Amino acid sequence: MLFKLSLKNIKKSFKDYAIYFLTLVLGVAIFYVFNAMDSQQAMLELNDAEKEIIGLMNEFLGGVSIFVAIVLGFLIIYASRFLIKRRKKEFGIYLTLGMGKRDVSKILLMETFIIGIISLVAGLIIGIIVSQFMSIVVANLFEADMSEFTFVFSKAAAIKTIFYYVIIYLIVMIFNVFAVTKYKLIDLLNASKKGEKIKVRSLGLSVVIFLIAAVILGIAYYFATQRLDSLDLFGTSILLGIIGTFLLFFGISGFILKLVQSNKKLYLKNLNIFILRQINSKVNTTVFSMSIICLLLFFTITIFSSAWSINMSLKNDLQYGTPADVLVYTYSDAEGKTAKNILTKVGYNLDNFAKYTESYTYGFDTVTVGSLLTPILNDVQKDYPNLLVDNWLPVMTISDYNKIASFYGNQTYTLNEDEFILVADYEQMLQYENKALAKGVTIQIGDKTLHNKYKECVEGLLQMSGNKSNTGIVVVPDNIDISLSEITKNFLAANFKGDKDEANSELMSYMDEINGEGAVADTKIDIYTASTGLRAIMIFIGLYLGIIFLISSAAILALKELSDSSDNKEKYGMLRRIGVDDKKLNKALFIQIGIFFMLPLLVAIIHSVFGIMSASKIMESMSVTTNISSIAMTALLIIAIYGGYFIVTYFTSKRIINEKSE
Amino acid sequence: MEKILEVKTVEKYYGNRGNLTKAINNISFNVYEGEFVGIMGASGSGKTTLLNCISTIDKVTSGHILISGTDVTELRGEKLNKFRREDLGFIFQDFNLLDTLTAYENIALALTIQGKRPKEIDEKIKEVAKTLNITKILNKFPYQMSGGEKQRVASARAIVTNPKLILADEPTGALDSKSSRMLLEKLEDLNQSLNATILMVTHDAFTASYCSKIYFIKDGKIFNELVKGNDTRKEFFDKIIDVVTLLGGDLNDAL
Repeated sequence: MLFKLSLKNIKKSFKDYAIYFLTLVLGVAIFYVFNAMDSQQAMLELNDAEKEIIGLMNEFLGGVSIFVAIVLGFLIIYASRFLIKRRKKEFGIYLTLGMGKRDVSKILLMETFIIGIISLVAGLIIGIIVSQFMSIVVANLFEADMSEFTFVFSKAAAIKTIFYYVIIYLIVMIFNVFAVTKYKLIDLLNASKKGEKIKVRSLGLSVVIFLIAAVILGIAYYFATQRLDSLDLFGTSILLGIIGTFLLFFGISGFILKLVQSNKKLYLKNLNIFILRQINSKVNTTVFSMSIICLLLFFTITIFSSAWSINMSLKNDLQYGTPADVLVYTYSDAEGKTAKNILTKVGYNLDNFAKYTESYTYGFDTVTVGSLLTPILNDVQKDYPNLLVDNWLPVMTISDYNKIASFYGNQTYTLNEDEFILVADYEQMLQYENKALAKGVTIQIGDKTLHNKYKECVEGLLQMSGNKSNTGIVVVPDNIDISLSEITKNFLAANFKGDKDEANSELMSYMDEINGEGAVADTKIDIYTASTGLRAIMIFIGLYLGIIFLISSAAILALKELSDSSDNKEKYGMLRRIGVDDKKLNKALFIQIGIFFMLPLLVAIIHSVFGIMSASKIMESMSVTTNISSIAMTALLIIAIYGGYFIVTYFTSKRIINEKSE
Repeated sequence: MEKILEVKTVEKYYGNRGNLTKAINNISFNVYEGEFVGIMGASGSGKTTLLNCISTIDKVTSGHILISGTDVTELRGEKLNKFRREDLGFIFQDFNLLDTLTAYENIALALTIQGKRPKEIDEKIKEVAKTLNITKILNKFPYQMSGGEKQRVASARAIVTNPKLILADEPTGALDSKSSRMLLEKLEDLNQSLNATILMVTHDAFTASYCSKIYFIKDGKIFNELVKGNDTRKEFFDKIIDVVTLLGGDLNDAL
């Protein structure tokens, strides 16, 4: 009997449950998809290193999943509380009919259970379908070939999803039962009459608080973008940002109201008064949620756009940073040995190389980071007190450098007796080096004094890397006294013959011995895999958190709006009775919901402008430049999810206010 | 005198063939300019249905309702809304004020949706506030007002547009007797000094005694009609009680 009642209740109020149901299904589906990453391997032709990277990525996402589960847990509890609130009167009627609170709890328990099961199954099915398409994304990232279509299903991910979901749902059930037993009958029956408590704040106070919030946020923005040198101030800026956001939402609606009120033409036009007051009361009763939503949106935008920037940057630098198939070089303690004779010694067949070239780097006490920056050393040390100024910069002779440069396909140079060139590409260091070179730098090696040939660094590299990280190589004439070198390293750059993957694996099998002899080998394929892995981890974590945060914020707003809809129905009904036509009513509803959704997003976007500025300054040190496409991708993500929730909310609300009243 | 409202053989049926309820069964009457007409009846007598039909909230099954010569049963869409906005004023039992708006804003809304100019709106509100003695509470929210004040604000909203006809549905239903008396005196005043035409539905004999003419409805039909004429309010009240007693049944609880 009770079961039948529960089932009927769900059927009846299915449209009202739509948003709740949608959120549950999406949550489950996303949770499954991002935990089932490793199953993609089945469909793709990947090498061992790539498989390892995907395994690592899966571990990362698994860690993030715990956090995601907590966020989803809070969201589901919050959402179900809204639904109970809406149904207080119904429960009150059950109680007056003589049902015990136990029975009512049982009904609620069963409903929660049924909805839980349906959404879990629906979520998993959607998750499994989406995860088939995920292979295409992964294949794209790793530039791997799809072997053939195989249906992928991750048992581990499914079990994990069910496990977390069951825990969340058990907590929700306990909460729900507890909520019902707590209520008094009279409150349940009168719940619909009471409505939301109206919070009216003095407009003057709102304006003052809004202005204070603006000042606080201004300071936070300044610290976050201009004073990045101090970690303390950076922390302060985050704290100020949070406080400022709360105060902003406390005062913003009053401020807007006051602003519009001062313009009578706008204020006394159509339904403007009504729209403004509705928003004012809604924002005032949800200051806390609004602020949280705004901060979540801010994190989403900043995290996702940064992740995308890192992805694009790594992708662009990769080609440039790996001009040869392999670079073998000696350690500092392998003095006297060359890369070539180490390879020969461990039994590696040099015939595997199509071609190769060798060069040396030297280290001199007189050629250090500090000596290259002499003209501006004081300024640099003020900015970076921890800079290791006594570190040697590698020195190469011009003929050695030209050998490597032509092998790499980079530009070659000529030098006079008393000149040197600085070769660098690491953005953060580059700006200081260029400043120093512009003022003129002199270095001393033995009895030779050298001046810089160019007023700035030239772009180039010796070591291969996934991003631009060459802090400087000093290229000098061939006739310097190399016997003064404190440390001499030998480099061998080579390209493989035949199948690169096979040749790479073969070289790898000698790696331990090579390391034992005091040399290291960097290969293009390894760097590619590592870089791609990092990119994949960045993108997937960005997407994962971004989507979950967006769903959470949009769902809270949607539920708040819809839980007020019965209240709205009365208000809009009243407007209809005094002669407002449906077109104007729908427009008013659209504007009102639109502003309610836009307000936190707008504030979050302003936050993000400064957040991204701050992030790109930090990322510069990782030689990542903020990419414009990152902003487009973020906007796309927000429009799809947040916009989707907005549209569903609007149409559901519209349906409710246009229902014929009894 | 001009005929403001003409109700011609109106019928309203609910339900289907098997189970038909005649909420209004062939009612006809007229209201002239400047009249204060009451409609009395027990709950379920059809009086609210009748009011809903006149106010175009509900549609008649057959018959016609003319307001200033316009047949409102023929009006559709934007014309209907325009008619409601400009020619009718509503006062409801539960006030129907928007709780998020101040008194001033509640009244202003009736004018802004007509597209009136801001200056004109402000003047009109101040004028009507003076008439109804609510100038001091214009900046208050409904939850800060007493029931009587709320109903006076609602009345101000109803008359501020200068409607041809003011429709009041149990305006004193949610008020205590003191507030009721005050509101009714104000309505009477509006009727007499501004020549406002009012049609009021009530089941309360005391409230009805402020009208100049009363139609009694029972089971969807007009059962009786009383005209105040030169009677004092007390005499008129006694006459109403007589009819109510005659009607019997549910209306006894009106005392």
